[in-house]
Amino acid sequence: MAADLAPPIWDFHGGLHIPDHKALSAHRPIMETTLPSRLQLPLQQHIGKPAEPIVKVGDPVLKGQLIARASNYVSANLHAPTSGKVIEIAERPIAHPSGLPAPCIVIEPDGEERWAELPEPIPNWAETDPADLRERLRRTGIVGLGGAVFPTSVKTNVTGRAVDTLIINAAECEPYITCDDRLLREQAEKVFEGARILRHIVGASRILVGIEDNKPEAIASLRNALRGGNDDIEILVIPTKYPSGGEKQLIYLLTGVEVPSQGLPLDVGMVCQNVATAASVADAVLHGQPLISRIVTITGLGVNHPGNLHALIGTPVAELIAQCAGYTSQIHKLIVGGPMMGFSLHSDTVPVTKGSNCFIAATIEEAPDPPPANTCIRCGECVKVCPAHLLPQQLYWYARARDFEQAQDHHLFDCIECGCCAYVCPAHIPLVHYYRFAKTEIWASEREHQKAEHARRRHEFREARIKRLEAERKARLRKKKEALEKKSTGTTSKDLKKAAIEAAMKRVAAKKAAQQGQAAPPPREGDN
Amino acid sequence: MEFPVAGSPHLSGQNDVQRIMAQVMLALLPGIAALWWYFGWGVIVNLGLTSLTAVVCEWLVIRLRGRDLRPVITDLSGLLTAWLLAVALPPLLPWWQTVIGTAFAIVIAKQLFGGLGQNPFNPAMAGYALLLVSFPANMTQWLEPSVLSGHLVSLNEAWQAIFPGIPPHPQGWDAITSATPLDHLRTELSRDHMISEIRREPLWGDFGGKGWESVGTWYLIGGLFLLWRGVIGWRIPAGMLGSLFVTAGIFWLIDPEIHPSPLLHLFSGATLLGAFFIATDPVTASTTPRGRLIYGALIGVLVYVIRTWGGYPDAVAFSVLLMNMAAPTIDHYTQPRVFGAREGDDGL
Repeated sequence: MAADLAPPIWDFHGGLHIPDHKALSAHRPIMETTLPSRLQLPLQQHIGKPAEPIVKVGDPVLKGQLIARASNYVSANLHAPTSGKVIEIAERPIAHPSGLPAPCIVIEPDGEERWAELPEPIPNWAETDPADLRERLRRTGIVGLGGAVFPTSVKTNVTGRAVDTLIINAAECEPYITCDDRLLREQAEKVFEGARILRHIVGASRILVGIEDNKPEAIASLRNALRGGNDDIEILVIPTKYPSGGEKQLIYLLTGVEVPSQGLPLDVGMVCQNVATAASVADAVLHGQPLISRIVTITGLGVNHPGNLHALIGTPVAELIAQCAGYTSQIHKLIVGGPMMGFSLHSDTVPVTKGSNCFIAATIEEAPDPPPANTCIRCGECVKVCPAHLLPQQLYWYARARDFEQAQDHHLFDCIECGCCAYVCPAHIPLVHYYRFAKTEIWASEREHQKAEHARRRHEFREARIKRLEAERKARLRKKKEALEKKSTGTTSKDLKKAAIEAAMKRVAAKKAAQQGQAAPPPREGDN
Repeated sequence: MEFPVAGSPHLSGQNDVQRIMAQVMLALLPGIAALWWYFGWGVIVNLGLTSLTAVVCEWLVIRLRGRDLRPVITDLSGLLTAWLLAVALPPLLPWWQTVIGTAFAIVIAKQLFGGLGQNPFNPAMAGYALLLVSFPANMTQWLEPSVLSGHLVSLNEAWQAIFPGIPPHPQGWDAITSATPLDHLRTELSRDHMISEIRREPLWGDFGGKGWESVGTWYLIGGLFLLWRGVIGWRIPAGMLGSLFVTAGIFWLIDPEIHPSPLLHLFSGATLLGAFFIATDPVTASTTPRGRLIYGALIGVLVYVIRTWGGYPDAVAFSVLLMNMAAPTIDHYTQPRVFGAREGDDGL
């Protein structure tokens, strides 16, 4: 009945209907993991500045204890996922597209799981000031768990902006990933608790939950959890189409409102949060629990027993794979995130981070090596599937030619890198690569430009300062001279006398010269 | 454990350049069969001749450019150009003219610009236009369809005609060749004959010339197959056929005695071949959705203008080549509205 009254679902341009491969792991309940032998905690797991460690090597730590502090506003606290000892603070391999290692705090668990003193639960959050709740999210290190890992306390800071709708993103549109599906099936109440807290924080009146229709059990669980307490929360079932879980795409699907190009949902009075983030918000506010674990999907035909694992942040992927009965012989690639937007890992020693929702142990059939790229024939298949309604073939052309100005004119920065264009490209061109390349080149040149601008301003300032100092010096000299001249007014008569003598001597010299100039000088008066 | 690394996305669809080209060639087969049925074996000999020339030319150029030959030959784009040219040429054109046209299409119009994807002009039409302006007499003398002449050119006759140049009829070339229906119509109109008069001649069928209209219908069927397969979009054919129909329709309504009916325009000459197989060449066409509609529509208008007031009886090749030049400009002014763009921000 509720579905009959639901508002229409809008359809965004483009997108793909691709096999979702979710059946591999969707039926597996969330499984607790055994304590790993080592936990590696990267200082940067979020968007923004890395956290600053506040523990030293050798320090004992308790479960939930703060070990690295947010270094500025856009940063996130980091907590010890279990009790044990800090054994190393050094660069370790992490899950990053660059494949470069990054600073990590390495903890050796002691197996005792002794908790640190946690912040007080806030059961009466509805009467609590949103700023205090945001401070709680900041303190507990909550970040967006849908993959973007943006600090939630920053995203929910809507000071001065009117927000009417909180969007809860349960779309989980990438193939293979099932961690949100499982969370909704098993802990839908917690998600709603977190969603209500978030609604209070951002000051929205209604909550819209968007979920793809390929998760009927999760939808039933959500509806079940909502029964009775329907306080302006709507569950909207959307057709399964990649990338419906993209923030802007989901908002359009649910409300028909387009988030402005290069703008934020806040610009249209909305805030969007992922379901797992909502659950961790509930934990933080209702139990004072910091973000030290998450649900991770381990899947693909390259692993023996795909599943959904409740893993501590910092657990090496290899240990999770081992708990899923290890790799099959067909293992070819290891992908973190979804197969469309995730990146492939060079090694499985990297740890689970706050943003790791899924690891795919893919066979060569699942993630084939790309065939050699042909030339673009401008067929326009990419135009048909681009959810941002760009002209990917033109962007490719300009990125390749390094004509970044034209690329920006063709709205390069509206590209969400969903990969639909590359998926359909008959020439197998790695289009997303080209867009990332163009974006980073533009960012780099902007930084250069800013640097140059900064240097120019510094230079101009220096020139101005030198000029000013010179003028000041001259002014000082002038003043000094004037002061000196004033002082010497007593000796003026002496000067006059000197001048008179000089004048007289000149006159004499002139006369002499005149006499020598004449052949027979007649005697003159005064000439003796 | 260590793994190979690749960029996202890690999945890819089944689409492929070779597959696209192969489907276009497949869609061309009904039209080729119809040409063979009505005009004999000449088209088959020409297909072999253009295909061979195209492959040899690509091989030569790729060798000179020091590139890998395999992807160039296996993407089938050169063969498709050869086929499109072959079906556009008069069936008994002297072999060396066919070779010149094909070589020009592949070497000059395609490879000199950098090969597939880089050529601004449709290679087949560039080759066709070169032959038309260089050898107008040969290029405008077509065989009469067998339904009229009662004589179907055999394989041996075609071979003798194309290579040594021996006419397949004891009474010489004139006995079996004639002007194309469009050419004939043009000549008759210039002699102040009424269309109702002209249309009484036996060479006309329901919409266009006998035989010709059937060949056109088979191109249409091939084109519908391409639309169904999603190989081509609807915009260019709809734009071209729609605008030709409307333009011709307006003049026809004004005076049907001096302006042929819009259906005659659609089913004559290279209209249907052009709309589904030539103008839709993605490399040289406009690439934005709105742009393709405009591109197609302007080709349709140009076809009418050149057929009616220009120097040539048919105009698909020239119209397409002219619009090839305009495609980048059309693309520039028809960028789609980006998701989330403000009102009025068309990306212009």
